[in-house]
Amino acid sequence: MLLEIAVSFFLLVGAFFTLVGAIGLARLPDFYMRLHGPTKATTLGVGGTLTASMIYFTAIEGTSLHELLITLFLFVTAPVSANLLARAALRLRLRSRAPLPEASSAGRD
Amino acid sequence: MTRRWLPHPVTSCVLLVAWLLLNRSVDAGHVLLGALLAVVIPLAVRRFFQRPVRLRRPRAAVRLALVVLWDIVLANVSVARLVLGPSARLRPAFVEVALDVEHPVAVALLASIVTMTPGTVSCDPSRDRRRILVHALDVDDPDRLAREIKSRYERPLLEIFAC
Repeated sequence: MLLEIAVSFFLLVGAFFTLVGAIGLARLPDFYMRLHGPTKATTLGVGGTLTASMIYFTAIEGTSLHELLITLFLFVTAPVSANLLARAALRLRLRSRAPLPEASSAGRD
Repeated sequence: MTRRWLPHPVTSCVLLVAWLLLNRSVDAGHVLLGALLAVVIPLAVRRFFQRPVRLRRPRAAVRLALVVLWDIVLANVSVARLVLGPSARLRPAFVEVALDVEHPVAVALLASIVTMTPGTVSCDPSRDRRRILVHALDVDDPDRLAREIKSRYERPLLEIFAC
């Protein structure tokens, strides 16, 4: 019973933040702001789901820690893709609500 | 001798632990194979590292990891509120943060931390690695944001990498 409550709690937290990330991606007004949506979903959204998985499988099958690896891989890869997208957008000088930095600093490579 | 065969002890440890977690076992066979990979892979990618990574203060590293995890949780909640609230009220801004850290791995780590903590995405490190450009979703004081990033994440990184 306690196990079910704990697992459902973390699943709900994970699902909620993934949903918020998706909503952010859909409704924020410019590209740079939309970029914040998915990077958020991959932190608490995935984190909550993985915590639930760790608790459930540790209780059912004995220690389950390889979920930690998913976290590690995400922390290694997600910032890189976000960074590349942002750089590409700066290069194209996509419309932004925040004043864009001057070309001299944005176009550097 | 150790320098020669284990140029990156930290990377080697991470690889061994990752291999054991991936296989979900600590059998002698897996430990042996994992140890072999932990020696071979860093040697194979040695050229990608411009400077060796040495952790000066392991405890500071653990503390920084906990601070980052905690900030991710707190900031997720505040970003959720921003995303669900009226978006006309958001004040996005590009903030340039001048860097004191020099070690390329430390700069990469700082940029990753900034991206993973919600509300900020690091966009573009300058070629000379002296500044990074950060996009923030909602700021009232860009200078304070830059100071916060420097004091919360950069100072511990400076300690850890001691450069």
